[in-house]
Amino acid sequence: MLQKIYDWIDERIDITPIWRDIADHEVPEHVNPAHHFSAFVYCFGGLTFFVVVIQILSGMFLTMYYVPDIENAWKSVYYLQTEVAHGQIVRGMHHWGASVVVVMLLLHTLRVFFQGSYKKPRELNWMVGVLLFFVMLGLGFTGYLLPWDNKAYFATQVGLEIAEQVPFIGDQLKTLLAGDSEIVGAQTLTRFFAIHVFFLPGALFALMAVHFILIRRQGISGPL
Amino acid sequence: MHKGKGMKFVGDSRVTAERTSQIPKDYSEYPGRTEAFWPNFLLKEWLAGSVFLVGFLCLTLAHPSPLEGIADPTNAAYIPLPDWYFLFLYELLKYEFASGPYVIMGILVLPGLAFGALLLAPFLDNGPGRRPHQRPIAVIMMLLGLISVSWLTYASAAHVDWETRAEENKPIPPSSVEIDTEHEGYAFYEENCMSCHGGELEGGGAAPGLIGIDYSAEEIADIARNGINTMPADQFTGSDEDLEKLVDFIITTNEQAE
Repeated sequence: MLQKIYDWIDERIDITPIWRDIADHEVPEHVNPAHHFSAFVYCFGGLTFFVVVIQILSGMFLTMYYVPDIENAWKSVYYLQTEVAHGQIVRGMHHWGASVVVVMLLLHTLRVFFQGSYKKPRELNWMVGVLLFFVMLGLGFTGYLLPWDNKAYFATQVGLEIAEQVPFIGDQLKTLLAGDSEIVGAQTLTRFFAIHVFFLPGALFALMAVHFILIRRQGISGPL
Repeated sequence: MHKGKGMKFVGDSRVTAERTSQIPKDYSEYPGRTEAFWPNFLLKEWLAGSVFLVGFLCLTLAHPSPLEGIADPTNAAYIPLPDWYFLFLYELLKYEFASGPYVIMGILVLPGLAFGALLLAPFLDNGPGRRPHQRPIAVIMMLLGLISVSWLTYASAAHVDWETRAEENKPIPPSSVEIDTEHEGYAFYEENCMSCHGGELEGGGAAPGLIGIDYSAEEIADIARNGINTMPADQFTGSDEDLEKLVDFIITTNEQAE
């Protein structure tokens, strides 16, 4: 039955090559922890992706309750944390995932660096990876403000003061981020929300797509 | 695949009528013990992923995500701290050569050099050798960078008393309760209960809030005398008349809150 449905769809839109492109690739011996346990260092990239998926899913559920507004942001998080079924777990996953993803990114970067895997022909993919690291730090910085508690507010205050000290464009940069040259308030919160939920994830997905397409095109770097 | 003449399509579409094979590729000609990702390797990989997920969920359950009190811009005593992965940048700005008149050094030059070098690493370290000992400069620079970041993070975090910080910044929901300090039971509340249950009956670390409780007057009186759960007995040791006033205060405040 299932096979018939699949064949019916496949005949019309030819889906087999699409998933075959994703599924068919080799796993060389030197990266396979089943053969050499030390090859677990090759897992860090995949685990980073795994945590990113956790972040996307838990973040999607968080926005069901979160209200990006200075009156209600903290209250909505408090409500989510104390009243909503499993709300504490979902928020916990997003909170800890943000730290774990940075750790995994760091480990993955160090693995690639110390193995010299970024050398020709993989220079471009290394640069895409470093950009992914920056995007992830940006997600961490903007996500920190969203609960609108003291920690969030004052850390953002400091971050914006640092941005203000950049020569020439400092004031504009601060206004761009905060929505106002003086106040860290309602505008700041909605901006950080938009950056955290739309702008940076968009950049993240685009860069991840390039990262993965390049990996597939070039293959994993060989053994040292 | 056919090209040009002889190609067959499904109807008038551009979908080829020839079916592609569903049998996985054969990797037996590849070097070593190369495996197919699908399905061989994926079957092992999801197991590793599950173990990771279980560990991650344990962390989540053991340490609920923190939330401090609602942002209060007038709170001048609050010492701001960024998330841990920004601590090293924050600590850097405390050094003399990276603050005050030299702040550009701390916010742009040093981080810019470090992250710029990271971004351009393949072009700075462009020799053919991949092994660490074949490119000592790159490896030493990376190790120095790692050591500095770890040291700065440590220096920044070491003198923070995380537990006191969390204790002082507990999330307290905004209450709409008005406390009638003129009530004759208030003095007894202030004396016997307030240190744990809070000035607005909102509760604290060791004791629950007293707004919205589901107890009768007798039960409240009994709890004040004999304790409940982790609350020890004899929290109230006054006379029965005073106890009645205290209970009346708690109940009227509750009624007023509804």
